[in-house]
Amino acid sequence: MALFQTLILRVITTAVTLLGVAVIVFFVIRVVPGNPIAMMLPPGATAEDIANLTAIYGLDKSIPQQFLIWGAGVLGGDFGTSITLKQPVLELVLGRLPATLELSVLALVMAIVIGGAAALTGTRLRETRVEGGIDVAQGMALSVPDFLWGLVLILVFGVLVPVFQISGRVTPSLQLPFVSDFYLLESLLRLRFDLTLDLLSHMLLPALALAIPLAAIIGQLLKQSLKETMHLDYVTLARTQGYSEAKVIWSQALPNAILPTLTLVGVQFTFLIGGTVIIERLFSYEGLGNMAIDAVINRDLPLIQGIVILFAVIFTGVNLLVDLTYAALNPRLRHG
Amino acid sequence: MADGRFEVRRKAGLRLWLSAAWLILLVIVALFAPYLAPKDPLEQDLFAGRLPPFWMQGADAAFLLGTDSLGRDVLSRIIFGTRIALTVAVISASLTCLVGAALGLLAGFYRGWADVVVSRFIDIWMAFPPVLFSILLIAVIGPGLFSIIAAIVVIDWTRFARVIRAEAMTQGAMDYVASARVAGRGRFGILLREILPNVLPIIVVLLTLEMGIAVIVEAILSFVNLSISTDDPTWGGMISEGRTSIHQAWWVLVFPLITLFLTVLSFSQLGEGLKNRFDPVLR
Repeated sequence: MALFQTLILRVITTAVTLLGVAVIVFFVIRVVPGNPIAMMLPPGATAEDIANLTAIYGLDKSIPQQFLIWGAGVLGGDFGTSITLKQPVLELVLGRLPATLELSVLALVMAIVIGGAAALTGTRLRETRVEGGIDVAQGMALSVPDFLWGLVLILVFGVLVPVFQISGRVTPSLQLPFVSDFYLLESLLRLRFDLTLDLLSHMLLPALALAIPLAAIIGQLLKQSLKETMHLDYVTLARTQGYSEAKVIWSQALPNAILPTLTLVGVQFTFLIGGTVIIERLFSYEGLGNMAIDAVINRDLPLIQGIVILFAVIFTGVNLLVDLTYAALNPRLRHG
Repeated sequence: MADGRFEVRRKAGLRLWLSAAWLILLVIVALFAPYLAPKDPLEQDLFAGRLPPFWMQGADAAFLLGTDSLGRDVLSRIIFGTRIALTVAVISASLTCLVGAALGLLAGFYRGWADVVVSRFIDIWMAFPPVLFSILLIAVIGPGLFSIIAAIVVIDWTRFARVIRAEAMTQGAMDYVASARVAGRGRFGILLREILPNVLPIIVVLLTLEMGIAVIVEAILSFVNLSISTDDPTWGGMISEGRTSIHQAWWVLVFPLITLFLTVLSFSQLGEGLKNRFDPVLR
């Protein structure tokens, strides 16, 4: 019953948050000085031409009126038409979303693997120079954001030792047999590993740039919980039963130490997705973030709205999921 | 064990001092930029375009770190870029701190409807991707130094408000606050004389970290060509240009990148170091 109440309450606050985001973005971008309609027309266009086109896009109405029309459309699944690309916003946004999702999930997996390995190694070799080295590396990884790691990676692995691609999502000359926009996933399912490799060689550096700070956060927290667990009685018991230290850490300490890290990963994942905006720009990766920056520069109001709302839905959705998982896993909250 | 802990502390102290030294150096460079820069940062010399740094073949000793595609001196541009970076860092971080701390204290100490309103706004702010939000704001207000500072304040106040709200709630529930109330102190007096001094260390740490974040935000906005003007020497603008000519002239990217990297690292290490200094458990 308590769980159900938590669920209802969280769904309501999420809806309020999304409404707030919609209102703010809608009103803020309408204060923009540049006229997007004037920018669409050739230089010789008359004032009448501009007025006609403005009416077509509904931009001649008052801002609250525009908001109601737009809001009604959104509830019916219509996010309007992009001014610069002249296609339905929903179609454009959903076409780019898979690229961003694949990049984010790849980055998340890399962060978990790197951070987990660092925590396990640090725990196994605790109070040695190795642990000290890992701590210093993690401190640096945390101090510098993804944007700068991206630039460093471009220099090192794109220019100095050019082993990976630094621009785009896939080599443009390749013939893609794909029916979906989930290129990486589909290349795996179709067993076209040549395409998988090409995609990965484009995605690896941007994903790594996103993963480095998160890996450090995961590594620090997981090691801390592991160290606390290592002093508990059942771990000592396992040790006296003759298990090796590595086995004790892996099969006894890890399952019990992992819960706080999992909650943290959920929240941090939204920050990582937010980071894709600039990372996609940096690596000319054809995702949602790159499209968003173009939309802002071109004053494409319907497209900006659509993308910001989609990001907000993803963020609040992930947070909601994390909270509910936590509530379901934590007995105190479950019966509270 | 005791020696090991001592060594860890000494190393942490060293990092703190190195960070402080780098930041002090930057302040000096920013203050005396016109005397330190060998060239005019805006002066173009199309015959001296893309000259390499001094140790390479074909370099001109007058341009120590080389020139960009328009023949502008990279070293002088980095030196003058320091002014913009530090101005943005100090002013925007202080204003963000002021707004965020005030709202955080209001929500955390007075609770009630103030807390409901502030918390709801924090939720909404957390649902925006921050980089996209800042780009959007700059597009709305228009480029310029003032816009960057305004954008940082509007976006990042939640960083302060969230932490300080939680801390004010914890402090507000403590015995010393109750005893101050019994002693007849007013609410505002307690907030100012009892709560504020106790959250001040956290505020100082967040302020230091925010300066590093502000430097990055300025660089990101310059990178997408939305910062000041493309002429003014900013580290982010130089990095943006360097990214496009990376195969022809890597030095246009590398030197501003190293400067930016060390600066962000220093602010962050200084903030973390201060946090450990203030933390009674670690001390």
